[in-house]
Parts: sequence; C-alpha cells; structure tokens
Amino acid sequence: MQLRISIDGGAPIYQQIVEQVKRLIAGGRLQPGSDIPPIRVLAEQLRINPNTVARAYLELQREGVIVTRQGSGTVVAESKPTMSRKEKLKILARTADVLLTDASHLDVPLEDVLALVRERDTVLHPEASR
Amino acid sequence: MKLPSPSSAEAVVAVSGLGRRFGDKTALDNVSVFIPRGSVLGLVGENGAGKTTLIKHLLGMLKPQTGSVRLFGLEPVADPVGVLSRVGYLSERRDLPGWMRVDEFMRYTQAFYPNWDEAYAETLRKQFQLDPKQRISTLSQGQTAKAGLLAALAYRPDLLILDEPSSGLDPVVRRDILEAIIRIVAEEGRTVLFSSHLLDEVERIADQVVMLQRGRVVLNGRTDDVRGGHISAVLAFAQPQTATPLIEGAHAVDGFGTEWRVLFAGPKSALAAVAAEIGASVVEERTPSLDEILVARAGGKGS
Repeated sequence: MQLRISIDGGAPIYQQIVEQVKRLIAGGRLQPGSDIPPIRVLAEQLRINPNTVARAYLELQREGVIVTRQGSGTVVAESKPTMSRKEKLKILARTADVLLTDASHLDVPLEDVLALVRERDTVLHPEASR
Repeated sequence: MKLPSPSSAEAVVAVSGLGRRFGDKTALDNVSVFIPRGSVLGLVGENGAGKTTLIKHLLGMLKPQTGSVRLFGLEPVADPVGVLSRVGYLSERRDLPGWMRVDEFMRYTQAFYPNWDEAYAETLRKQFQLDPKQRISTLSQGQTAKAGLLAALAYRPDLLILDEPSSGLDPVVRRDILEAIIRIVAEEGRTVLFSSHLLDEVERIADQVVMLQRGRVVLNGRTDDVRGGHISAVLAFAQPQTATPLIEGAHAVDGFGTEWRVLFAGPKSALAAVAAEIGASVVEERTPSLDEILVARAGGKGS
C-alpha cells in the first residue's frame, strides 16, 4: 500500500489517507483481506504523526472499509464496501471544477466541453463504447 | 483526540496567563497553552516571538512573573527534580561537552537519570550511526543533534521538548530526527512539544499548533482546524484597483489591477459577504498550507 501525502495546501492529511485507501480498493490495487500496515509503520513511512494515521484508520473502520482483528492486525474488509455514488462524484467534482474553470477562461461553451468528454472517452476506452 | 482545555486533567503541560518582561520589553503576554497526554504540539513564530522564553519557563529556568506553569501538575520552579526527571530536552544550541567521547557522554548523562534505558540508548546510538569512540567536538552538526536527541530520549521521558530540532540540518538528518520523534509519539502516552521554522514538518507531525507573535498567542488550535479556518482566495474587482484594497479579516493582500490574492481568516460565507461589500467576487478559493497562513499572519498588518 503506497500512499502520497501532499502538504502544499488542500485536504487535511487524515482525509488524504482515507481517500487514497478507498481509491486503492476501488481500483483493485488493495484486495479484500489484504494487510493494512500498522499505524506506526505507516506513520514512519509517510513521516507523519501516528495520531493522524490512527484518525484515518478509525474513519475507515467506521465506514467498514477496513477491519481490525485482535492479534491479526488490520485488513481490507471482505464485503467490499464500495464508495457510494455520491462519494465518487464528490471526488470527480473537483476535477470537473478545474475543467469548467478552464473552459470558461477559454470561452468554450458547455456543450462543447460535454462533447469533448464523450470524445475523449471513446479514445481512452475504445472497447467500452460502441 | 480531545481538544486541550484548562479543565483537562490529562494535560501534561498547563500554562495559564503566563506573562514575562525583560526590562521594558514584553517577552510573553498572557500566554495559555495546554497539551493533553499523547499529543504533539508545534510551537511556531518568528525569531524573538517568545518561543524559547516559553520553553525556559517549562523547564523551570525562568520563574513566571504572572500566571502559572504546571507540568504533570507540578511547578517546575518549585520541584525541578520531580519535573525534569520526566522531561527530555533538546536545546536549540545543543551545547554538549565537546571534550567527551560519545560513549563517555552517554555514561555521563546516564548518571543523572535513574530511568536511563541502556539497551534503548544503544539502539538509538546504532540507529543514529554514532561512533562511540568519536569525540563530541569532532561530530558534524547533524551528528551532534542526534547525540543530543539520544540523551533526551534514552530515559524514555513522558514529555519531550525540542527547541528547533532540525534547524541548520540537511534533509537526510532532518528525516532521521523526524522519524525518531514519530517513533516516540507512537509509544503510548508520550507527549511532545517542539518549536520549528519548518512549517511542513509542523503540518506533518503536530496535532496542535500554537503561533506566538511578539509574545502573544495569535493562533492556537488543532492543526486541521487552523488550516480549515483560513481561506486562500482570489478576489476579482470590476475595475482595476489603484491601491491595495482594504479587506476586513484578510491577513495578506497582494495583487494588481482587478485580481487580488488574500489570506482570509474565517468561514466561506464571511469571505463572500466581505467581498460583496467592497464590490468584488471570489473567483478562486482553497485551503492554505500552514506555511502560507503563518507567513501571511507574521507579515500582515491585519487584525
């Protein structure tokens, strides 16, 4: 499990951890049942306060993303609690905002932006589109 | 994590209304700081803001002129042995006895602390790659800092006080020291206070941030809350502004013509209201880093 923490403004560190772990699971890089590093190991690796890692893990546990079992450490939950649609859209909203801001600066109308998104989709995922 | 408060019985450090003057210069003015057990406090501020003076009060090297200082519920000036035996301290100047060898220095320091953990000291020495036969005076700046940190850690103090632990050190040594601090915090119940100029370090490892400015506490809160309480925004005016616009609640205003970047203390709604009042609109906003906040507040003529 490799995470990257950015400290040049933006989301709080614990939130970055929560989000990145969820992304790794959603993308299949973290499989159900696989080990999550102990708090102090991740804290040392990322060079951040262990309390912050603990806070992120607590949040992930509360949401059922990871499970801690006595003696066997922390693992990714078996019942893949996928991100809710709302959560996924929330993450994408940030990227959408950047795109729309650029479009507005370049004076590109919304219809053209939408058309561009569809066009790029056929380029990136040719097998999925018909 | 609980928010530190005066009523918290768990407070390892409790400073209330501390005041200190040197001649006619006010060094500390009504400073209150509480650190709960197991948390890390980052003390920041410009040189001369009062950080070292505050630390000296914690160590009982200065007596409070007004207000009170308690560590573990004890008064450092009245009970130096009771307090200092539980505190590990790394001074900014790191004045270690240069004529001693590393192993002699370890034995010498050990004599002062009944709780000295010899095995742990040896682990730290290896971890820090210190040669036991080398003279302290011939150590590099980074190695000297590590030797000082070793001496502060090896008796497993309940509270660790670090005055500018990484100032003047190269990135590799800084990382080693940061990792050592993180390991200490990961041990149950260790509390840390460190002062630093390196805001990215503070942001990484501090639960709580206290900013001093001319002897006063101007910011005190959980690191995330301090960041979340500020907005870095760009305001756009319909007409070019010939002079720097006056913006209430803004700590730094910088720009030219129609667009001005501000560092605003307060919620989004307040920023929108302030902008509307002066005929501007918010065209960009994000959460600033601690560094941006502190630079803006230190340099600001703001409230």
